[in-house]
Amino acid sequence: MKKIAAALVLATALAMPGLAYAKDLTIEAQIAAYRGPNTFLAIYVTKPDGSYDSTLWVAGQNQRYYRHLRNWVRGISSVGGNIDGISGASVGAGQTLTVHASLADSMIDAGYQIHVDSAVENGGEYANDVVMPLAQASSGVVATGTGYVQSLTVNF
Amino acid sequence: MLRRIHSLPGLLAGLLVMFMALSGAFLSLQPAIAQWQVGTAGTQLDVAALSDAVVHGLPDVSRIVKQASGAVIAYADGAAGQLATRIDPSSGAALGPYETSPVFAFMTEMHRSLLLGQGGHVVAGLAALSMLVLSISGGLLLVNRLGGWSRVFGAAKGTFQQRLHVDIGRIVLVALLLSAFTGAYMSLVSIGLLSTGQDSFIPFPTTADGGAPAPISGLAALQALPLAQLRELVFPAPGDPTDVFAITTNAGQGFVDQASGAMLGFVPNSFGQTVYEAFYTLHTGQGIAWLGLVLGLAALAVPVMSVSGALIWWSRRHNQPRLKHNVAGGAADTIILVGSEGNSTWGFATVLHDALTLAGHRVHTAPMNSLARHYGKARRMFVLTATYGDGAAPQSASRFLSRLERFKPRPDLAFAVLGFGDRSFAHFCQFADEVGAALLATGMDQIQSSCTIDRQSSQSFAQWGVETGTRLGTVLHLVHTPRLPRTTRLELIDRDDYGVEVQAPTSVLRFAMPGAKRTGLGKLLGLGSRLPRFEVGDLVGIVPPGSPIPRYYSLASASRDGMLEICVRKQTGGLCSEFLHALTPGENIDAFVKSNPDFRPGRGRSPLIMIGAGTGIAPLAGFIRHNRHHRPVHLYWGGRDPRSDFLYAVDMAQCLGDARLARFEPAFSRTVGGRYVQQSLRDDVDAIRDLVAHGARIMVCGGRDMAGGVRTALDDILAPLGESAQSLKSTGRYLEDVY
Repeated sequence: MKKIAAALVLATALAMPGLAYAKDLTIEAQIAAYRGPNTFLAIYVTKPDGSYDSTLWVAGQNQRYYRHLRNWVRGISSVGGNIDGISGASVGAGQTLTVHASLADSMIDAGYQIHVDSAVENGGEYANDVVMPLAQASSGVVATGTGYVQSLTVNF
Repeated sequence: MLRRIHSLPGLLAGLLVMFMALSGAFLSLQPAIAQWQVGTAGTQLDVAALSDAVVHGLPDVSRIVKQASGAVIAYADGAAGQLATRIDPSSGAALGPYETSPVFAFMTEMHRSLLLGQGGHVVAGLAALSMLVLSISGGLLLVNRLGGWSRVFGAAKGTFQQRLHVDIGRIVLVALLLSAFTGAYMSLVSIGLLSTGQDSFIPFPTTADGGAPAPISGLAALQALPLAQLRELVFPAPGDPTDVFAITTNAGQGFVDQASGAMLGFVPNSFGQTVYEAFYTLHTGQGIAWLGLVLGLAALAVPVMSVSGALIWWSRRHNQPRLKHNVAGGAADTIILVGSEGNSTWGFATVLHDALTLAGHRVHTAPMNSLARHYGKARRMFVLTATYGDGAAPQSASRFLSRLERFKPRPDLAFAVLGFGDRSFAHFCQFADEVGAALLATGMDQIQSSCTIDRQSSQSFAQWGVETGTRLGTVLHLVHTPRLPRTTRLELIDRDDYGVEVQAPTSVLRFAMPGAKRTGLGKLLGLGSRLPRFEVGDLVGIVPPGSPIPRYYSLASASRDGMLEICVRKQTGGLCSEFLHALTPGENIDAFVKSNPDFRPGRGRSPLIMIGAGTGIAPLAGFIRHNRHHRPVHLYWGGRDPRSDFLYAVDMAQCLGDARLARFEPAFSRTVGGRYVQQSLRDDVDAIRDLVAHGARIMVCGGRDMAGGVRTALDDILAPLGESAQSLKSTGRYLEDVY
């Protein structure tokens, strides 16, 4: 179990000062059991129109491999590509990644979605391995991934 | 110091390095298997044509990967996850599902990180670093040991383990150096200590055309790229016109607009990335299968190197004596400095140390490399040193001469040098002579002039002790007993006597384990005692009653012959030879075997010229009797009188009969027209030149005078060929067993 705490002050929250009530999230990503090097993961949020909004966490510090997290890289490229302070170690097979994040209340139940891209060096790569609506009803619901993420749970 | 640099990582990281080498050797098969499976591609498609064909067969394709082996794999998103399909590189047609080998994937991770994640990368990097240090220091030791760069491929000497270590080491050195260097570099990159200059991701272009996607076969940037240069092509998300192809080539990364077909934002590989990829290819052999296999084979030698290296280290350490009452240099009145390679000189130093201590002196004994700048109270300094290789300093004296330049002796300090060596070598005690001269040059007085000890002679050492003691005014009773291996009791089973009539009583003696002649259940079951293992040409050390010092005799038999055979001439007053000559069958001796690996015919079919006199025929006759493969052997032997001391006459006649011996030229000195063996050689000038020109190896066994005469004769005979005994010796083609 990896415990990683990320204190995020998100641009969206600052842009709407009247609604700056933050909601704490705990995201748990259970990685499938496979043989091979660690998984690279990007956990990020998209806007109601499907465009990229913000990054919650990147697991894997070697940026040369980020291009395999394709949907996320495309998104972060569109906003300038700064990922300072939101990355940590890649995650081994069978392990669980836990991320704490903080989002503005206004983003809940507003059409935003949480995405996870996953990739393994010299292995497969899955853009949108898991996509989950950022909705109160999804809290605690276990979503199944199509790639290296076996399951994803978001609690808020 | 160099040796310590070599042995420390070898011992500490030995198991780890072995593991990395074996897993690496296994992985080296992967590129070869992959290349074999792919075969050679026929026509070369461009990337546009290939992708077009792939899309026709697999409409859902999201990614095409071309591996270093030339294999092309297409990944498509299906209902049950991603499907990987092998693609024919020359047509783009689907060949069938692609499955990665779980064994190679597992071994790759073991090799890269021992399945320990990031920490494992550090461990693997340390293994590569150890290997690098071992390769470099080993290479330098090899050059030192063999006497310079020009002799790196000369004959290796020493025990079996030492020769194995040297022989295998120089074959695999370059390959191991390459593996270690590239491996260490890759580890540094993966740990993050080294940058390839390309550490950030390349952002997606924000300037996509956004128009209707063109047919893939018409995209200009893909048309311009031959398949050979492709690494990976990632397709745009279906139904998203603003998305682009992401492409990786041998030269860099970029994006291709799906409407215009233009290359957008291509970023060429940085210099560091190009270097990294070159090192990656050299390390893994991916795409260069033969290189991978060569490196893999070399890696297989690493366990042999580790084990033989550890055994060499252990025997060196085991032989280091422990000194009692070793006084600090500043407090001692007598200093003993030791220059030793294989530790045998330490044995003599210990005896001298103990004798001087017993005589009331305060003695400091240390390696020559530990020479201090001055010794506050010392009045006497003894330097006992061997000579290494071609006149070089032995290991523990390598820095002595440079340290001596800063040495400030007390005015009343006097010294004596005692050199140890082997007179059969051209540079007998040369280093001891150099040390003596250098010490004289400091202006110190000599207690007595430099002396030499040939072949660890305990008698000469005792004599030196008497002389030195006289000069010091004390009694120095130096009894040097070489540390003996455990002896085995052997029973004389048979003897043949020769030479009494020519005043050279000589006997061929055969020994076996006591009771070996008994037949019975024990013998049938192979129980009880067996002969120690030995080969023809090895030495047997026999400890005669009344003396702790063994005498050595060359063996004429191998242990598989079931008996131990020696040939002994009776020396008047010789304690051991008289003891042996007095033995009757059934009586016992205490003996041990000492390996003599430098005196063997070796493998191969090249002719052998064997030259001996008197009892020197014993090992030669042994080699000839075992010459079952009928290698051409030419034997020149000298005796006194064919009627009296014609040793092995019957055996050699038999061997001539069945071609184990090609030619036998005996020479006798006490007959009419008597002659020595050297004269037989001079009579056969043409034959000998011809044999040497055809790669013959020469083996000489016998007394020192005979060996000297033979060397002179052969130097004369071989001069027109531009060869000499010394030149053949340096290439391992002139072997001597001289006593």
